[in-house]
Amino acid sequence: MKYEAVIGLEIHSELKTNTKIFCGCATTFGAEQNTHVCPVCLGLPGVLPVINRRVVEFAIKAGIALNCTINKFSKFDRKNYYYPDLPKNFQTSQYDLPIAEHGYVDIETEKGKKRIRITRIHMEEDAGKLVHAGTTIKDSSTSNVDYNRTGVPLIEIVSEPDMSTPQEARAYMEKIKSILEYIDVSNCRMEEGNLRADLNVSLRPAGTDTLGTKAEMKNINSFKAVEDALTYEIERQEEILEDGGHIVQETRTWDPNRGITLSMRTKETAQDYRYMPEPDLVPIITTDEEIQAYRDGLPELPDARQARLEKEYGLSSYDAGIITSSRAMAEYFDAVVAEGADPKLSANWIMGDLSKNLNQEGIDIKDSPVEAKRLGKMIQLIEKGTISSKIGKEVFKTMWESKDDPEKIIQDKGLVQITDTKELEAIVDNVIAANPKPVADYKSGNKKAIGALVGQIMKQTKGKANPQLVNQLLAQKLA
Amino acid sequence: MKLYNKSAHELHEMLVGKEISSKELTEAVLVRMDETEDRIHAYITETRDIALRQAVAADERIARGEQISYFEGIPGVIKDNICTKGVKTTCASKMLENFVPPYDATVMKRLETVRPVILGKANMDEFAMGGSTENSAFYPTRNPWNVECVPGGSSGGSAAAVAAGSAIWALGSDTGGSIRQPASFCGVVGMKPTYGRVSRYGLVAFASSLDQIGPVTRDVTDCAHLLQAITGHDEQDSTSSASEVPDFTKSLVQDVKGLKIGIPKEFFVKGMDAEVEQAVRQAIDKLQALGAEIQEISLPHTEYAISVYYLIAPAEAATNLERYDGVSYGARVDGADVVEMMTKTRSEKFGEEVKRRILIGNYALSAGYYDAYYLKALKVRRLIKEDYDKAFEKVDVIVTPTAPTPAYRIGAMTNDPLKMYLQDIYTVPLNLAGLPGISVPCGYSREKLPIGLQIIGKPLDEATVLRTAYTYEQSQEFYKDMAETEAQA
Repeated sequence: MKYEAVIGLEIHSELKTNTKIFCGCATTFGAEQNTHVCPVCLGLPGVLPVINRRVVEFAIKAGIALNCTINKFSKFDRKNYYYPDLPKNFQTSQYDLPIAEHGYVDIETEKGKKRIRITRIHMEEDAGKLVHAGTTIKDSSTSNVDYNRTGVPLIEIVSEPDMSTPQEARAYMEKIKSILEYIDVSNCRMEEGNLRADLNVSLRPAGTDTLGTKAEMKNINSFKAVEDALTYEIERQEEILEDGGHIVQETRTWDPNRGITLSMRTKETAQDYRYMPEPDLVPIITTDEEIQAYRDGLPELPDARQARLEKEYGLSSYDAGIITSSRAMAEYFDAVVAEGADPKLSANWIMGDLSKNLNQEGIDIKDSPVEAKRLGKMIQLIEKGTISSKIGKEVFKTMWESKDDPEKIIQDKGLVQITDTKELEAIVDNVIAANPKPVADYKSGNKKAIGALVGQIMKQTKGKANPQLVNQLLAQKLA
Repeated sequence: MKLYNKSAHELHEMLVGKEISSKELTEAVLVRMDETEDRIHAYITETRDIALRQAVAADERIARGEQISYFEGIPGVIKDNICTKGVKTTCASKMLENFVPPYDATVMKRLETVRPVILGKANMDEFAMGGSTENSAFYPTRNPWNVECVPGGSSGGSAAAVAAGSAIWALGSDTGGSIRQPASFCGVVGMKPTYGRVSRYGLVAFASSLDQIGPVTRDVTDCAHLLQAITGHDEQDSTSSASEVPDFTKSLVQDVKGLKIGIPKEFFVKGMDAEVEQAVRQAIDKLQALGAEIQEISLPHTEYAISVYYLIAPAEAATNLERYDGVSYGARVDGADVVEMMTKTRSEKFGEEVKRRILIGNYALSAGYYDAYYLKALKVRRLIKEDYDKAFEKVDVIVTPTAPTPAYRIGAMTNDPLKMYLQDIYTVPLNLAGLPGISVPCGYSREKLPIGLQIIGKPLDEATVLRTAYTYEQSQEFYKDMAETEAQA
């Protein structure tokens, strides 16, 4: 039988507020253990939470950007479970009245655009971190708890099971990341755990509407792991079903080193969270005016920006999609174009040499050594014919290493394109005289032989010769 | 009259007039504490050094001619579920036996500005669960009027200390009557303010939607002043009221002319204690004679209040008490792994009543039972509140007994938790509805055990409650009585 996968994601995103969700402690990542703590986030007897209004603001913005309905009456609930990294042994979260519901995002798939529905977005507090004496809890005689992360604000974005391939799941998560970055509510640093996903996947006979038994994989924190874990899990379930077996509803963990998923706990031992309304917080009331103000304050989102780049600059859908996939890249592009550079050339340079260099050195585009202004100037020099594209690459390389403007680099290195016909004619004549074989070949009909002559000329001029002019001169003289 | 038997306002005048010093006063109360604690056990922790330092500081300010505030230099005690920085806060539980909070409750910060003398921390039912102070993990507190009897609870230590003279004033907390009922049993004044009036920050939570800190004092005058000192909006408590705080001392006038007083018929039913009924009826007659208009009202959902309370309070308690797991503070009983450690810690360090309520609460919140129990309880809670809203369209205050009986014998109800729960019948509706209420002495049983009168007000209308209480109090002599003889016996 042929099966199709049914995939839903629960994405947890840490919000980039300066302080925690219910107290004034800093949210900074990587601080010394238990230095960003206070009675409130430690859950000491007698303390009370106070909602950080920025958290509500960010959650509402995320809700709007993900096309959700914002609940004007929303409340917090206690989710009860015992775990040593959870000081109160309940997590303050949202249950039946989350801040936002019924949204969607569109993703690109092989078969074109696909809409992924979002069930809900709710706010909650993050837990602390166990620091084991050994490598895992099982082989540790003792463990410490670091409460720095306790109370860092999270939003959980729950999708409908609308994805059917690991690639779609990845595209969905990339889209969520991109949108959260655009609206500036999360740092989305996956390596720091800012953005992580629980993956739910089940199989069903292709073309049917039934829902199979699902497995959940928790805390996946890279795009590659999303794809790999789902690919593995789909194969695993397929094999079981092919053999006539049954899928057990369970939570599994992804082991990226071994490339497999392992059972953590089955439904039989699943928790009863005994949700109850959080009596220490008052409901969150949001007015239409507030929602409208947040909506008005949002920046242009990736889909709209992509459409604009396609329309205004004639970029291909593919190029515009890449340029707008991160807000920082889109802003860089806008700055290059604002400098007067040709949009298509700008896109090529950004997606080409710039991205290649940034990726190689692991630098964020925001911190690019070649600023948008200098790249814009350089592209204009190419447009004007002052330098060739090839020389451009050399200029770019020099800009990467120095703070010099492209004009200065060209001056210093004498890279200005030779467009003086007289000067070039002399070189062309020499090359023709010195290379009788390609000349003969060309004259006898092998037009490709001209390439060797052009190469010689470029070599002698160290690439500075204007390629069009060289071609033109050669054609005249060999005619 | 002995210094320790005087009210704070009398002592304040004496301090201002330099008739006494705060040190003398504090020492007199500490001596009284020595005389009574052996039998009363009102205290868990005594902070004698701190108290004497505060007294000396008050005397220095008086000597410099500084103006002193009402409670300045006057010794009092804090219920041991209110966090005091650097001083053990045990909640009368083995679980927090050695817990020293690194922070002060908001009420302690507020008190700091009026600079009283703090004598220590008062005994209570463990985590405020109980109505007799017999559930203290350390020892029961006894009633100063008759040491064979309970002082009520859960703020039994606070009420007993004020009644015995081992404190001039006290702070208690009230989740279902825990200030008013012990005040009634001990013949003192106890007030539960409107939910949200006094910050709960630093009050170790029992049932968050019901808990409220309030004063326990010798008379209504002290009550109004103490309430003034601790009341006000607190940014650290999201449920704290932002309403303006009136000057409660303006309520200290004898005037109930034309005041409409409601008497709920559901509260005076067959089988209620005859002595209590008689004392309360006499008090109502007195109020009428003073010019109040008495009318019968109906609070039809009263009979459900106990059931509702004993679902909501345990449910909230069950989650509030989850944090006591032995991981980062409080008691820990080691185990082979973290689960065993948590299990042993909670099994061994919580008392029976606390565990009973955790079980009830978790049961009510469990999947499949939530709608039938917890959710239904929330709905009935609303109906109870609506009863009071409707009644308050017609009347200004409601007058009832505080407790169905006077203080009972120690041990009389320990084997019958349900019977003990029924003791809360007159007090829990106020917590469910968030209303202010006061208990003032209104007579005695044949055994000379005090009886309390409860006066209930509209939300945030403590002022009218205090005025009614003050007018009644001043019309008779009960408030001048002290439990002196019994305690010295």
